[in-house]
Amino acid sequence: MSIQTFLDIALALLVIGVAVWTIVARDLFVAVVAYAVYGLFLALVWIRMYAPDVALTEAAVGGGVTGVLLVAAGKRLDMSAIDIDRQKPSTTLAILAAGCSILFAGVLMIVILSLPAPAPTLAPQAAAAASGPGAGLGNPITAVLMSYRSFDTMLEKVVLILAVVGVWSVGADQAWGAAPAPFGPDRPYDALVFLAKALAPVGAIIGFHIFWTGADAPGGAFQGGALLAAMWMVALMARLIELPRIDARWLRLALVAGPAVFLAVGIAGAMLAGSFFAYPSAFAKPLILSIEAFMVLSIAVALTMLVAGPPYRKGAP
Amino acid sequence: MTPAVLAALVGAALVGLGLYGLIVHPHPLRKLLAFNLVGSGAFLVFGMVARRGAAAGLAFDPVPQAMVITGIVVAFAASALAVALVLRLFATSGRVDLDPRVWTRPDDDSSTS
Repeated sequence: MSIQTFLDIALALLVIGVAVWTIVARDLFVAVVAYAVYGLFLALVWIRMYAPDVALTEAAVGGGVTGVLLVAAGKRLDMSAIDIDRQKPSTTLAILAAGCSILFAGVLMIVILSLPAPAPTLAPQAAAAASGPGAGLGNPITAVLMSYRSFDTMLEKVVLILAVVGVWSVGADQAWGAAPAPFGPDRPYDALVFLAKALAPVGAIIGFHIFWTGADAPGGAFQGGALLAAMWMVALMARLIELPRIDARWLRLALVAGPAVFLAVGIAGAMLAGSFFAYPSAFAKPLILSIEAFMVLSIAVALTMLVAGPPYRKGAP
Repeated sequence: MTPAVLAALVGAALVGLGLYGLIVHPHPLRKLLAFNLVGSGAFLVFGMVARRGAAAGLAFDPVPQAMVITGIVVAFAASALAVALVLRLFATSGRVDLDPRVWTRPDDDSSTS
């Protein structure tokens, strides 16, 4: 066995170990922190699967932004965990649940080991979408997202907007239109302020770079947008800037800009290029990059507003 | 065994682990963590499918990988909505029970407020 095999097995054990920790941890907050760590280790597994684009997304969204969301929620819910622990199921039920789960995972493993060969693949079509007429993108993943399955990608942005609407609508009636509750303490630590001032500009440039380079190399609108959202959150935690009111017009325009531009180009494609979401081959790449630019904006705003939560007003129930 | 198959087996184990957590943990935030474990395990299985589909000069099939990227973002959006609902439940009632019997117990005055 080569050294890489040992590293792969060690990484697999590490991921499972951290996952077990999230499940068995006694403390709610410990479980939440373990989950954020788990997301980062999972990104390493994705690299081993020749999926750097997924690894970037997993590290930025699955580990990073989800981590912020859950840690913030875990801190606010820490008190609620005390009296709910009385409802822990009996040992018999826990053993039964463990048996069912092991059985399920076992069947899944047998299925994985007995998948048919040769494996079905859409790689030729995707490669054609990347290099064929109407694209000219070096990154096949971006070609799939923006050209081969563009309608899915557009609808996914709509899902993000629906989630933001859902989060906003669980706020108190009296708070409607106000800004969400602030991220950080009223007087942030000096170290945090310094970190935000030093990190946010650099991180924002890296975010733009990941978006721009995504046409030809690993990266793209999701990863870049998530990084920009993270930098916005760092600045919010240090109270360098404040969250916008949710009825601000620019905020709502920024939220819908991505899918709106995407849909407009798609409809124009139906008239100019012959089919819905087809790009005229002469200027497909600039068109795709400009759609992605608006998508980065919408993704960054939507992710931040999803973490920020519903509008908040002091005293409102 | 290739790294991809190993990762898919890890994914299967994660699905089982998440399923167990989903059943035994009464706290909704713990259930959400467990549910996310199930989701990421399913994504890993998808990653192996992408690796198996290597063809046309690519080391992987980009279609399943693109779907996983979409899936990660949608899973985050769903988690954010779930967190908002749990926090709202806690803010209005001071508790987060999902067990309906807790809310209808006659000596429990929080169910009427």
